[in-house]
Amino acid sequence: MNDETILLAHGSGSRLSHELIEKNFLPSLANPLLAKLDDSAVLDFSGRLAFTTDSYVVSPIFFPGGDIGKLAVCGTINDLAMSGATPLYLSLSFIIEEGLTLSELARVIKSIKAAAEEAGVKVITGDTKVVNRGSADKLFINTSGIGIVPEGIDISGANAKMGDKLILSGAIGDHGIAVISQREGLKFSVPVQSDCAPLNKLVSQMLGASSQIHCMRDPTRGGLATTLNELARQSKVGIRIEEGKIPVHDGVRAACELLGFDPLYVANEGKLVAIVTPSDAGRILAKIKRNRYGTEASIIGEVTDEHKGKVIMRTRLGTSRIVDMLSGELLPRIC
Amino acid sequence: MKFIDEYRDVELAKKLVSRIKQLSTRPTRLMEFCGGHTVSIMMNGIRQLLPPNVEMLSGPGCPVCVTANADIDKAIALAHLPDVIITTFGDMMKVPGSYSSLQHARAGKADIRIVYSTQDALQIARDNPTQSVIFIGIGFETTAPTIAASILQAENEGIRNFYVLCLSKLCPPIMKALLDLGELKLDGIVCPGHVSAVIGSRPYDFIPRDYGVACVVSGFESLDILQSVAMLVEQIESGKPTVEIAYRRVVSPEGNKTALELMESVFEIGSADWRGIGMVPASGLKLRKKFERFDAEQAFSVTLEPVREAKGCICGDILRGVKTPNDCKLFRKVCTPEHPVGPCMVSSEGSCSAYYQYGTDYE
Repeated sequence: MNDETILLAHGSGSRLSHELIEKNFLPSLANPLLAKLDDSAVLDFSGRLAFTTDSYVVSPIFFPGGDIGKLAVCGTINDLAMSGATPLYLSLSFIIEEGLTLSELARVIKSIKAAAEEAGVKVITGDTKVVNRGSADKLFINTSGIGIVPEGIDISGANAKMGDKLILSGAIGDHGIAVISQREGLKFSVPVQSDCAPLNKLVSQMLGASSQIHCMRDPTRGGLATTLNELARQSKVGIRIEEGKIPVHDGVRAACELLGFDPLYVANEGKLVAIVTPSDAGRILAKIKRNRYGTEASIIGEVTDEHKGKVIMRTRLGTSRIVDMLSGELLPRIC
Repeated sequence: MKFIDEYRDVELAKKLVSRIKQLSTRPTRLMEFCGGHTVSIMMNGIRQLLPPNVEMLSGPGCPVCVTANADIDKAIALAHLPDVIITTFGDMMKVPGSYSSLQHARAGKADIRIVYSTQDALQIARDNPTQSVIFIGIGFETTAPTIAASILQAENEGIRNFYVLCLSKLCPPIMKALLDLGELKLDGIVCPGHVSAVIGSRPYDFIPRDYGVACVVSGFESLDILQSVAMLVEQIESGKPTVEIAYRRVVSPEGNKTALELMESVFEIGSADWRGIGMVPASGLKLRKKFERFDAEQAFSVTLEPVREAKGCICGDILRGVKTPNDCKLFRKVCTPEHPVGPCMVSSEGSCSAYYQYGTDYE
């Protein structure tokens, strides 16, 4: 069975479609809401809802440290977590190119299951389409997510205040370099693994340590530099960072040297930047460092009322320079 | 990280900076010729470390930037011919010509493919025998040997559908042209690192001899550049300009014999059209008679509209070192990496792009 490939007929709404869903999706992702197989999942809710969506088109679909399934779950969970929400439910839509093998699909579903379980979220609705060869590239996934924002939490990119500290949860650039190395067949003596991970538990620990987290964002496409620029513009403040405080793994540095990239612009899928009130920074940092996804966390800079809307970096040599947004395209289709 | 951190050591950098400050007693004007050096200088904020009397100007060492509008127009016209595949380095895609860019041509119907080396272009020619594959051959002495190698390979394999639009340019002749213009009053030149890996340091000998200008071949890390500046200042202060190599781990006085022989066998010296400077005799390469059939300009005929320069763009002046990007009215306002007016904003090695990405003119 697992050597079979997906055919157009698998997406036609026929018996084959039902078989595909019943044999491949339901056993792994089973929960009462999904198992009903109604046209929509019906939920009871109270409180402030957070709702987000994202599409995943990464190429190749398997890469060191993850695959498109894990990415599709973590990416959407992290978007919810960055607004302080507790992620609860996901939708999962597959667009499959005919010819994908069932064993590849099974691998992706397995990692979706693992990531959803780790994060404590449930997939409660889904869809599958199959398109002609060439109309998609193996597999595209869309996920939407719903979460609840606890009382008293107000996190937004517009909330940074002068004097706030910037905390980065770990080393940058792992995801982008893992994907590009896999795609281009580059091998490094220190292999680079994608950092793809669900950050919702880390975030809830941070929120437990302080209520003074003003902004939070996961620096995905465009990297840390682009995220910091977004925050500086949204909050109308200046941001000052220290090059020497930003962790970068050796494999990523080597790859960046070789490919002419700046790690500041390379994507991450399991990191966050938090802008927090200075008096709580130490306590929040300590909390992050105790989480498995935050052991290399560091305070990388601060918010200033100078150079509003801009990010300035103090280099290792003690000079300073602008860190601008990514212009154009660094790496196509990394998420 | 090994072989990188050693060249970025902060303590050594501090020592070099204090050495430069100690040695330097007079107003000194240096030019870094190469765009790769400009990027490193901006990225590391090296100008901020130098004493105010040591000035560094950025030179024309960016192959995309010095490509004349007329040549970009030619590449675009070739792209519109039927059954032609254009292969090019990615940086050329966005460069605006007089009326359009390769990027716009591709969005039309032209088949234009980005390659990382001439070998990729040759492979496209093998894979598409019924189409003509033209490589846009820009670059200095660094890329010329690889273009030569691809032509020899095509000749040996009998590949008949591979062509090169020959735009290769040479560094020492353009340095001479800049010095002859006399606009800059230079005291020293930070000579290109990778060009010198091919040609060696001897071709610069005329610069201290005929113009009294100091020369040091530099690598690209912060320490490489600071060391080169220290060596230049030392030469200038002692009144004995000469040619030295600070980038000994890569560059020898003689250069790379194999690469030079390859170039010599395929190319001969010809004139070249430089943006901002114009036609400079003996500053470019053209194919020898024996390899004429690979010359895209001879194999295809295209009609070109009159050349037009972008209004207000001072890329030409910036390439000659007489103005900096900050002097340009369009810089950061109209001309940005997303909407470049001139080539110096497009190429990753262009001065405007480096000043834009890493500048400190943010106030």
